[in-house]
Amino acid sequence: MSHHDLLCDPHAHLSRRTLLGAGAGGAMLSTIAHQLAWADAVGATETSRPKNVILLWLEGGPSQLETFDPHPGSAIGGEVKAIPTSVPDLQIADTLPRVAEKMHLGSLIRSVTSKEGDHQRAIYNIKSGYRPDPTLVHPSIGSILCHEFPEQLDIPRHISILPQNAPARGGYLGPVYDAFKIGDPQNPVPDLKSPIAEDRFDRRMKDLQWLEGRFRQQRLRDLDQNRTLHQSSTDAALRMMSSEQVSAFDVSNESKETLEQFGQTPFGRGCLAATRLIGAGVRCVEVTLGGWDSHITNHSLQSARCEILDAALAALLDRLVEQDLLETTLVVCGGEFGRTPQINPAEGRDHWPHGFSTFLAGCGIRKGGVLGATAADPKLDPDKPLADVGNPITIGDLHATILSTLGVPYHEERQTPIGRPLRISEGEPVGAVLA
Amino acid sequence: MKQFFVSVAKWSWFGLLMLIAFGYMASGLSEPSNDRRGEVEAASDVRLDGSPPSGLPKSTVLESTDVDSAPREVSAQSESIDRVVAAVNAARNEQLAALGLQSAPPADWMTSCRRTSLALIGSGVSLQEIRALESLPEDQRESTHLSNLMRDPRFHDYWAERWTRFIVGADEGPFIVYRRRRFRHWLSDELAANRPYDQIVSDLITAEGLWTDRPEVNFLTVTFDSNDGNPDPIRLAARTSRAFLGLRIDCLQCHNDFLGNVNLGDPVETREGRQQDFHQLAAFYSSAKTNGLQGVRTGEADYEYQYLDASETVEVAPAVPYAAELLPEEGDARSRLATWVTHRDNRQFSRAAVARFWALMFGRSATEAVDNLPLDEPLPPMLEPIVDDFVQHRDVRRTIRIIAQCDAFRVDSRATFDVTPQHEERYAVFPLTRLRAEQVAGSIVQASKIKAINRDSSLLVQLIRYGSINDFLERFGDLGENEFSKDGITIPQRLLMINGNMLREAGQPNPILNATGHINLFARDDAQAIETIYLCLLNRYPSTEERDYFIDKMTERSDRAEALEDLYWTLANSTEFTWNH
Repeated sequence: MSHHDLLCDPHAHLSRRTLLGAGAGGAMLSTIAHQLAWADAVGATETSRPKNVILLWLEGGPSQLETFDPHPGSAIGGEVKAIPTSVPDLQIADTLPRVAEKMHLGSLIRSVTSKEGDHQRAIYNIKSGYRPDPTLVHPSIGSILCHEFPEQLDIPRHISILPQNAPARGGYLGPVYDAFKIGDPQNPVPDLKSPIAEDRFDRRMKDLQWLEGRFRQQRLRDLDQNRTLHQSSTDAALRMMSSEQVSAFDVSNESKETLEQFGQTPFGRGCLAATRLIGAGVRCVEVTLGGWDSHITNHSLQSARCEILDAALAALLDRLVEQDLLETTLVVCGGEFGRTPQINPAEGRDHWPHGFSTFLAGCGIRKGGVLGATAADPKLDPDKPLADVGNPITIGDLHATILSTLGVPYHEERQTPIGRPLRISEGEPVGAVLA
Repeated sequence: MKQFFVSVAKWSWFGLLMLIAFGYMASGLSEPSNDRRGEVEAASDVRLDGSPPSGLPKSTVLESTDVDSAPREVSAQSESIDRVVAAVNAARNEQLAALGLQSAPPADWMTSCRRTSLALIGSGVSLQEIRALESLPEDQRESTHLSNLMRDPRFHDYWAERWTRFIVGADEGPFIVYRRRRFRHWLSDELAANRPYDQIVSDLITAEGLWTDRPEVNFLTVTFDSNDGNPDPIRLAARTSRAFLGLRIDCLQCHNDFLGNVNLGDPVETREGRQQDFHQLAAFYSSAKTNGLQGVRTGEADYEYQYLDASETVEVAPAVPYAAELLPEEGDARSRLATWVTHRDNRQFSRAAVARFWALMFGRSATEAVDNLPLDEPLPPMLEPIVDDFVQHRDVRRTIRIIAQCDAFRVDSRATFDVTPQHEERYAVFPLTRLRAEQVAGSIVQASKIKAINRDSSLLVQLIRYGSINDFLERFGDLGENEFSKDGITIPQRLLMINGNMLREAGQPNPILNATGHINLFARDDAQAIETIYLCLLNRYPSTEERDYFIDKMTERSDRAEALEDLYWTLANSTEFTWNH
């Protein structure tokens, strides 16, 4: 163990005394003013349109070799073939033919590395940008975005479609920033529709109001605003139930042709709903496609997942371009780690955090960029796992890249509940993939 | 013909199996009786009115004696507890007087019992329990309820889950080598046996063996995933410090404290924390080694670390961050650490335990954070007499009893004077705290039944409870380790309460499974029906105004079952139900 494993930059900390000494002036700098100052600094106020993000989480560990980083014909290549893409000299696996035609819309990083090879810990790492820490739960990308840019919307601004084991969490920012979870968009949004007739529902609400008024007597003044937020949250829930914005969740009115383009799968419909939600003002939508954990029969399993991903990702990019949303919407597609170069006796590939791929598009990401590489004939020295990776990019750097394109002051510290100031991201943006 | 008999035999056998399975699932739902009305009445053995009970089920046998002690010791223990409670009350009164704050009057016995139930079993009081307590003289009800709960397996299980969270976390952890449920069951057994807290902690620190055979070993194996299949000294040092000592020294993992936030050394004359303090503490755990099928074994401590700005890795010898004189010189590293942590003169250990139990009882920490009790900062004055007592006894139940009997726990949450945040902060009124997700779920399920749901309940009822609570938690969200978060309710949580399945199913007027159906069948009039639903959900009688309001509402309705279902929904959606008050 060494100080290179540091979780924070000690010289960037503020002391409790310093914070207190900063006085009310600093404390009164409102979040919004602060954000405007930052936005000015990075030129983000050039456009009035807010920045959004769609995160396509490929849970289970997609194989870089069967998706964006094939090495056909090599000892590690497996059965996959490489096909040309819309970017000259860039080839990806033949499992993603439609995506290959869209590669010019974004940048591909083929050298993401992490220190986490366990699903649960790696998912935490990729979603929050930090390694698991028993003392603190770090917020996910969407939670940070919503926290940094508060807005009023009838529907939640952070949504997780088809969440599996680890839907995005608000972490130390609070559960109010947790993602709102929904399943396959062809089904109704849970708990949104009252199960009883309208007049009966109104009677219930009237009785509840009466009861609440009695409870407030002889208690804290302005109990709701100062403590419980019970009435406020009830009002917000009722607003959402009757909001027209809710229709953004519903893909049933989309044409059959559109649904076919996205692949007529839960994940495809999730991607379609993501574009609708972003159009309605939602800031972050994560859509999860699981089933990538191919310890046995890797090729057939990865190919089957790629078929779903291929249609959905290609159609998603098309739709965002068509609706002029790609310029303000970042699309991130990747998993918690990749898979081993070696093929095991069960024809599977195991977990591999030392060089895997993530695709980024839109919202200030360089078009047609390719960064990093993994070796076609890796030495696989267990003591030097990064020796086979060209231009390795850490999870922290990937996060800083994502957050910086969204206009989040990634390098700033935020006070955490354990009294420890922490940078929003511990990495630095990868300039090579920024436009 | 032969085929016919074979077929009949097969179907008979199948039918018998189904009957047995149904009987097993439904056992405890009801007891034999001739007519259906009598059947359902017998099913609960609980009257909707407050008349004396004809006989109480075994699970609610009332005992006012302290079950934690031999009878001859009860009186002496009770007296010594009374002295501690008096000291806690005196500290509270002194503080209120100094601040010029008036105290609210004591809460009624039902409110106190609800608080105790929420704290000890994670749900409100059942109608069955209320009726049983009502048969006692009023001055015995709170203490009897407390005694009953402390020997109730629901308490052991619930506190075991709460403890599991702060000891090993809320996540499922590494596959195969970590058995969270097994660990929780072990804690439940320890609580059932009322084993002294210091012995439990000592077992955790010195755990050896296989995680399946020795459940306490899971305290170590939960960290396997970050240290290549071995106990992770860094995570264990951080956990030990926070969970057992109430000290946050995590920053010292990376650098010396230059902020004045972590003071160590001598508890009286502290110094700023150093990076060495953290890693010397971690070094104790480097003696825990994974040894194949033998699980975790004790070896030599061999910890190395490259400190910040150092040019090379150095060997780090185990050492403690303060009160080094309490660390024994002999023994293996983890045994020495366990002795030091639980040493009677290591007051920080008792401070951390009392602060934790106080927070579990109130649903909020008495300090800014339950695991951040700087060595050089005093606890709130009320906690000090309890710490003194805990240093002597190390008795979890005794500590709970002291907290539950003190004025701060028993005071009303409302007052005739203008209530301010300071009144709540200083316990001049009972501080309002939002119920945790599992408390909301547990209370909804319990309120949907007349009888207390415990291990004597039918398998079907227990399954319904288990399934409902899990589904609810998944959608409502679980705070994980952050047990005492002060966050308000979220919109998805409100939607779940307003439109969700759990509340809908719990409130349906099903006469066999749900209280609303039972009440609809057997309440003699609307007033009694309203009163009973109030007792099930809010654990109190409705005021005259409330009763009259809802009688008027029910009179307007043609379907009383539907009206009762609506009343159940209304009460469950109220602030009063979802907050501890």
